[in-house]
Amino acid sequence: MTATTKSLRRWGAVHKWTSLICTLFMLLLCITGLPLIFHDEIDDLLHNQVKPAEAPAGTPPANLDHLLANALAQAPGKVPHFLIWDRDEPGAMWVSVGPTIDADPTNNLLIRMDTHAGAYLDSPDVTGRFTYIMLKLHTDMFAGLPGKLFLGLMGILFCVAIISGIVVYAPSMRKLRFGAYRAQRTRVVRWLDVHNLAGILLVAWTLVVGFTGVINTWADLVLKMWQFGQLAEMTAQYKDRPVPSKLTSLNGAVEVARHAVPGMTPSFVAFPGTLFSSKSHYAVFLHGDTPLTSRLLKPALIDAETGTLTDSRDMPWYVSTLYVSQPLHFGDYGGMPLKIVWALLDILTIFILVTGVYLWMRRRRAGESQERAIANAASIDNPALAS
Amino acid sequence: MVVHRSLTQIFAAPLVIAIVSTVGLISALVGDGWWDAVSWVALGLPVLLYLVFIWRRRPN
Repeated sequence: MTATTKSLRRWGAVHKWTSLICTLFMLLLCITGLPLIFHDEIDDLLHNQVKPAEAPAGTPPANLDHLLANALAQAPGKVPHFLIWDRDEPGAMWVSVGPTIDADPTNNLLIRMDTHAGAYLDSPDVTGRFTYIMLKLHTDMFAGLPGKLFLGLMGILFCVAIISGIVVYAPSMRKLRFGAYRAQRTRVVRWLDVHNLAGILLVAWTLVVGFTGVINTWADLVLKMWQFGQLAEMTAQYKDRPVPSKLTSLNGAVEVARHAVPGMTPSFVAFPGTLFSSKSHYAVFLHGDTPLTSRLLKPALIDAETGTLTDSRDMPWYVSTLYVSQPLHFGDYGGMPLKIVWALLDILTIFILVTGVYLWMRRRRAGESQERAIANAASIDNPALAS
Repeated sequence: MVVHRSLTQIFAAPLVIAIVSTVGLISALVGDGWWDAVSWVALGLPVLLYLVFIWRRRPN
């Protein structure tokens, strides 16, 4: 056996094992990911939402303190965690409220408000929605942070499977032209061709979507890192101060932030004591206006007692990486045509997974060594597989 | 006996497609309008090629 064959067999083993371990979870991710590409459209179709009142262009937004008071009137006894501007619908805003300031925000109630009138619209319970169930299955399989990190690990295996797949593509194609599909042959040959063709065509996309998905599973950890790193640094002088007894105007805080960071638009406000802020600050997060900079948030910390600016810095590289990896995973940054292309690529990925499992099962049944089969293209002509 | 293809021959087309896909992945991030259109075409290319190769040799 030559050194090349030996090395190819090793790559074949890597491809087999990394694929086998992650395939089932990758199938789950591809299938649940497919409707998630269109989650906005599906929600619009399945659920009625109260429409914000028509506001002629140039109508000033409502005073945020007024809007917040109206929202809290709908949720007696609850405290606000976040105020969020709706990315897609400028006429609506969200107030996220929880039972206490340190309660887990993933269980928060979301109250939808009219941006211009400051009036209550609705507070839909999203947890029963089809898209919510798909999202939970896709991100953590209802298993919280461990589920998320586990899926991240599967994502890493998927990336290794893709890279080892590129290596073993070579012996498979030694005698074939690019794009070969041997339509007259048995199913195992045809599906091998589908596996090789779709696999090699999608290499760049699957690697990028796979790896950005892995990065997304680290979001909670990245947030913690920022909290104990840059955020702690920015608010060091406030460490031993008591929690402000009465919060300054929210509207005023957002205005101060707008002036401190000219050219950027507020995206959301984290109230004092939440994960995204210190106990003494409103953290106003602002975004830019190009497809890329609209994903990059910059916080301005406003002293919640005096209403003055404490600090505003660009996010560290690890947070920016997370923000940039989000659109690259979701495919939501190029309009509806890009979403459709994303869905088609997702379906082709399902083909790659299914044909891969089939090839493994057939070779196993034929009693053939997978490593040898992968390393040696001619082995597809093994009589045991010819039937 | 078919002549064995070299690594360059095997990986030339996949390399071009990977580069085009990467351009497509980045272009819609950079801007809107034409930048979006570039990404539709560039990322649509692998899907189109898949269909062409499979349909071209469909059994009758």
